[in-house]
Amino acid sequence: MPVFKNGHFIDDQWRMIAEGEDVPPSGHVILPLEWWLAERGAFEGSHVPLGVKIEPDTQLAAMVDDLSRFSLIAIHFPKFGDGRGYSHARLLRERYGFKGELRAVGDVLIDQLQVMSRCGIDAFDITDPATEKALRQGHSPLVTHFYQPAAAHEIPVGTRSWARRPA
Amino acid sequence: MYRYDEFDAAFVKERVSQFRDQVERRLQGDLTEDQFRIHRLMNGVYLQLHAYMLRIAIPYGALSSRQMRKLAHIGRVFDRGYGHFTTRQNLQFNWPALKDIPAILDELAQVEMHALQTSGNCIRNVTADHFAGAAADEHDDPRPYAEILRQWSSIHPEFTYLPRKFKIAVTGAEKDRAAIQVHDIGYQLKRNEQGELGMAVYVGGGQGRTPMVALKIRDFLPVKDMLSYTEAIVRVYNLEGRRDNKYKARIKILVHETGAEAIRQKVEDEFAKRDDVLTLPHDEIERIKAYFKPPVLAQREARSQTFDARRQSDPAFAAFVKSNLFAHKIDGYGIVTISLKPIGGIPGDATSDQMDVVADLAERYGHDEIRVSHEQNLVLPYVALDDVPAVYDHLVKAQLATANAGLISDIICCPGLDFCSLATARSIPIAQRLSEHFGAGEKARDIGGLKIKISGCINACGHHHVGHIGILGLERKGIETYQLTLGGSGDEICTVGSITGPGFSSDQIIDAVDCVVNTYLNLRTSAEESFIDTYRRVGMAPFKKVLYERDTGADI
Amino acid sequence: MSQVISANRLTDGIVVFYQGPSKWAEFIDQALVLTRPEDVEAALLHAAKDVKANVIVDPYAFDVTIQHERITPTHLREKIRAQGPTVHLDHGKQAQSHGMTGNV
Repeated sequence: MPVFKNGHFIDDQWRMIAEGEDVPPSGHVILPLEWWLAERGAFEGSHVPLGVKIEPDTQLAAMVDDLSRFSLIAIHFPKFGDGRGYSHARLLRERYGFKGELRAVGDVLIDQLQVMSRCGIDAFDITDPATEKALRQGHSPLVTHFYQPAAAHEIPVGTRSWARRPA
Repeated sequence: MYRYDEFDAAFVKERVSQFRDQVERRLQGDLTEDQFRIHRLMNGVYLQLHAYMLRIAIPYGALSSRQMRKLAHIGRVFDRGYGHFTTRQNLQFNWPALKDIPAILDELAQVEMHALQTSGNCIRNVTADHFAGAAADEHDDPRPYAEILRQWSSIHPEFTYLPRKFKIAVTGAEKDRAAIQVHDIGYQLKRNEQGELGMAVYVGGGQGRTPMVALKIRDFLPVKDMLSYTEAIVRVYNLEGRRDNKYKARIKILVHETGAEAIRQKVEDEFAKRDDVLTLPHDEIERIKAYFKPPVLAQREARSQTFDARRQSDPAFAAFVKSNLFAHKIDGYGIVTISLKPIGGIPGDATSDQMDVVADLAERYGHDEIRVSHEQNLVLPYVALDDVPAVYDHLVKAQLATANAGLISDIICCPGLDFCSLATARSIPIAQRLSEHFGAGEKARDIGGLKIKISGCINACGHHHVGHIGILGLERKGIETYQLTLGGSGDEICTVGSITGPGFSSDQIIDAVDCVVNTYLNLRTSAEESFIDTYRRVGMAPFKKVLYERDTGADI
Repeated sequence: MSQVISANRLTDGIVVFYQGPSKWAEFIDQALVLTRPEDVEAALLHAAKDVKANVIVDPYAFDVTIQHERITPTHLREKIRAQGPTVHLDHGKQAQSHGMTGNV
């Protein structure tokens, strides 16, 4: 699965852990959140790079105390129209200060990329062929004026407390 | 009126380019319909019974003459020479081609208009009192706040994929002309004891399948917190609103299922966690308010000789003034309602030629301002009484002078099965026949203020739940059947109408309404007691009795 | 049973009726009337191809009868869709010169 980050496709160091698999010593696996919540005791004192995957109905309160333990949080969008992931992303970035990689997985399409990045998502797991094609062709978003503050690195414009432009 | 600055103009331009790109990719097949639909909807493009439909946003119903002329032009060049004004203060064109829509959006952008977010599961056009800034009974103008909400909610990255559509309305008078209690969020401007400006906050009102009157969750919210509080409400909704069932996905269901106290707590908890980035600076509120300063109106006498003389001598003019002129804040001025409900006509429709007439009148006599009301009429909010006779004469020539604003033939009506792919029955022919039956003359004046609202399906775009008389068009065994409701009201005493009983056929419904009206006329204490007041006094029973115990009974 | 398939043309949204594989007509009296369920199924499969080919959207089958040699939809909704709005006889297919009357 090609992952798009910082404007280009990257070598992906991460993968979803398989059912029944043990966490490898080198880490770089993404655990479903329930797995983490059930097994977190086992990771006491360990610094293995870990990721966790959250779902639209995930209650962030269950994991916010553990955020420093994760290098990556995968936000699952089962359908791009399920907007809960956008709130999760903003809260993780802006309210809870998550500094690691926020990766969109699932129904990730070219037209949602900018909206997702404005919410603080900085990596995209691309499975849609048309999206991959557009990105490889250097498609860039056509929008540079925004009416509200969000999680992305943007600069305020004028006197409106809510207007922004990309940094 | 708000004027775009460079930022606003650039924003719209970018969005038009973006949609043009999406249309091209769709036509070439790089986007499937499933993938394209959401963008199509976010740009106000529906697929309807006969063709596409384009819904253009008219923010809080306010238009300049230049903008109205552009709408007239678009109607001529890209459509069939007319448009339809809606119950959310927007304009719909019924016949645009998809491939022409980017060009239409370019034209709209030239006059600071767009079709963004008039559909889709996002925050829709923020509506407001159509008499804002002019009405004698207004204590604060809601438009600056509607404008701030409009900007902040435009392509909001967090709230672009809500469980369902989200509608906000703002009002600034005790009399609620914006129907805020049947909106997802309703804001009522008010002042506290210290004289500070704030808003009462209502959440979870709505019509459709399950009509509900909103819950007041905050008695006083300082205006500086308006955006932060709105974000809190919409975030709670985004995270917790139902996504399993389209018909249970509005915030009203969440409020109902969660309970008043619990939902209030959730919103307040979320609001308490805010950072200050959305707190509105006082200077910024003042800067936006400055756009909405009333026009500089020449000082006039409270009474106008021209006006009074004409009223004395011309009964038709006197009738027009009685129903279609509303009291102004400023002496010597009036608010003119232009009825788009000609007797026997299609409610809310205006031809391109008529739009041009209205634009000319606004420019010449109306300080260049026009409003669209959610009752599908147009308003000139700043007309000198001295000029009202001349305005009236022009309106007569354009068939825009029907003297029925607020009367029984001022019917609110959705497009229905004649146009809409969601509809279960036709609504417009019923409106036309009722209009012809009651007219705009003596009979209508005697009946007095009475709001008939007609919806062609359970989605209630005709707002029938809050009609004094509401009509819902359904279908049973392939035949159109009409359910009657009584006692609804969308103003500050907000009530959902009650069903009278079994429905009526297309042949019977006019007679049924006539029956209800006659019952009212017989029961009212005087001509001063309005239909809704009589209904509230006597209840459903007398009406039900007369309706269902007549010789020509309803079909069971 | 008799059925006809209609859809909307992608470019302009105009209602069209299935005449055969990749053939869509603007007037219902040009439509192919299908009398067997397997024919309806086959036609819908062809229509699905035209959806993929970005010619049409939302194809579906609906009931018709033949009355006075005219193909007449059974349900009011499809009648209105085939003719045009009953409140605007100058708009829609009823107004185009194809010999159709405006009666619904």
